[in-house]
Amino acid sequence: MNFLVQTLGTAGATMVVGLIGVMALVAVNALFLIWMERKVSAHMQLRPGPMEVGWHGAIQTIADALKLLGKELITPEEVDRPIFWLAPIVIFLPVLLSFLVIPFSATWIIRDMNVGIVLILAFSTLAVLSILMAGWSSNNKYAVLGAIRSVAQNVAYEIPLLITVMSVILMVGSFKLTDIVAAQERLWFVLVQPVAFILYIICATAETNRAPFDLPEAESELVAGFHTEYSGMRFALFFLAEYTNMFICSALAAVLFLGGWHGPFLPGVVWFLIKVYAIIFLMMWFRWTFPRTRFDQLITFAWKILIPLAFANLLITALVLKLR
Amino acid sequence: MLERGLEEKTFWLNLGPQHPSTHGVLRVLLEMDGEYIVKAEPVIGYGHRGHEHMAENRNYHQFLPNMGRVDYLHALAFNQCYCMAVEKLMGIKVPERAEYIRVITAEMNRLTSHFLWVGAYLMDLGAFTPFLYCFDDRENILDLLDRLTGSRLTYCFYRFGGVPVDLDDEFIAGTRAFIQRLRRRWVDYDNLVTKNIIFIKRTKDVGVITKEQCVQYGLTGPMVRGSGIPYDIRKSEPYSAYPEFDFEIPIGENGDVFDRYIVRMREMEQSLRIIEQALNRLPEGPIMAEKVPKRLKPAAGEVYQAVETARGEFGCYIVSQGDIKPYRIKLRVPSFANLSILPEASVDNLVADVVAILGSMDVVVPEIDR
Repeated sequence: MNFLVQTLGTAGATMVVGLIGVMALVAVNALFLIWMERKVSAHMQLRPGPMEVGWHGAIQTIADALKLLGKELITPEEVDRPIFWLAPIVIFLPVLLSFLVIPFSATWIIRDMNVGIVLILAFSTLAVLSILMAGWSSNNKYAVLGAIRSVAQNVAYEIPLLITVMSVILMVGSFKLTDIVAAQERLWFVLVQPVAFILYIICATAETNRAPFDLPEAESELVAGFHTEYSGMRFALFFLAEYTNMFICSALAAVLFLGGWHGPFLPGVVWFLIKVYAIIFLMMWFRWTFPRTRFDQLITFAWKILIPLAFANLLITALVLKLR
Repeated sequence: MLERGLEEKTFWLNLGPQHPSTHGVLRVLLEMDGEYIVKAEPVIGYGHRGHEHMAENRNYHQFLPNMGRVDYLHALAFNQCYCMAVEKLMGIKVPERAEYIRVITAEMNRLTSHFLWVGAYLMDLGAFTPFLYCFDDRENILDLLDRLTGSRLTYCFYRFGGVPVDLDDEFIAGTRAFIQRLRRRWVDYDNLVTKNIIFIKRTKDVGVITKEQCVQYGLTGPMVRGSGIPYDIRKSEPYSAYPEFDFEIPIGENGDVFDRYIVRMREMEQSLRIIEQALNRLPEGPIMAEKVPKRLKPAAGEVYQAVETARGEFGCYIVSQGDIKPYRIKLRVPSFANLSILPEASVDNLVADVVAILGSMDVVVPEIDR
């Protein structure tokens, strides 16, 4: 630690240690979330889920990860190789970088940037690029269709998401995530901005390609969508990125609307994680209850309902703030 | 085909033969403009086993197990149809108790078929959870039928002249219990599925089939009833013990995918009614006709018998030339005719709609291929 501080300075040392911590968190979080998803879906479907490996199947995902590691990395003949190989890595990079600015508690934050929220939103847009790369390079019609859907969907849902987030930022007057949390010490924004919260959850579900908006990988239509041709660890990376993305979107929801680390008795980090996993549970609940929407309905929903609603919400927020 | 496709800015997509929503080895060639369908062309025959030809090389008894394997989801109706056709040919009179047992078991089998359809259909639409609820309910019926018939899927239960095993008290008690249980379950299905806004949006006004089209294409079963034609062999050409029961034929209004779903759900309620009435009025008596010869050798002649399966009209046409083997057996299967409307119904729809329309037809691919 001392060596790191001497060579890189305090900020640099925090960055290095933080990134290593984030890597560990990403892995553990994905393992936990996959197990949680299996258990949640199982209990919603009148079955016990994995029970054999470990206590209630707790280390089932580790066994699965080992299996995936041992699998051959199949590269079909007609694919565009460099892009095909790069796509799973590209999807992971922005996801990792988003962790830089997430405040787990008042002190647990790698880099408290004054443009924190803009950074996360910018990086989350990059995920589309990798899906497009994967879909296009696979040279598979199902994959291309999945990629096309993904781009249209992500662009459509990014707009209401940004506008919704803007209405919170208007109230705080800062892009800094710690400032946003600090502003909610007395009152969580979910109580002040219920419409914005609902809009955010809908958009976040769509942004993370989760059911009922999981059209890029709609199983019954597009087999597996953009990752049809991926196998082994490359497929696992897409999978990992999806769950980490869920974590980031839920973390942002906790920061923006649920008061971040604020809460009685328990330490801040614990409160933060409880809120994050509660929102993730909500998203899992959606997935195992609703049928999938149709593509045109999804886009119409975004452009004709969500965006006007988000604008109206922003306008009302601005008016109220001005008049007060 | 590819060159033509490129010129016209459309492309071909192979939906199947290995695809999650073709339910078997059906292949649909889709010519697509983006996500819209320009042309759909079902390609069948991947599961062809030659049942009709097999019939010509076996005696009447030996062909009976084949009937459970044409349509594996409603095997008992196929059993019943073939048995009734042979009985008609031989002039065998089936005792009343046997007819009641046939009706009870065939209706239970219809319930299992519809349950599987509802589950699989919702899975096509992306909802995974109802599938397991349906299978939970279906499991109940399968256990009961397993107890009686000895098998769970490819039944071969009826015999020429009756049924081999009588119902026992445990079966009757179990059936009554599951009727009560299912009636409570409808509420869950209604709340989870029928009233779901996403489900309604996905199915209303999708894949509309008009009454005229139904007649032109020779559709039967829930496909025509969804379009508003109350055609059901159980009422229009009553057979077995069906005339003695009081039940309704549910019909839809618009002929869209949603109506076909509703028709099937209501049909399940009617099946429960039939089973309940049959259990209440189960007559005493023998379960096998007397003097059925071990070796069937019907006189020369021909006979046609139709029954209402879960998918529509199944007809069995037997030509006998006085031999111990049938000269020819023609199986008129409902899914074959029902699938023929797919090209017309799916044009100008999205891929997702084609999956919804194909699912709503409830095709059983081995039955099409025979």
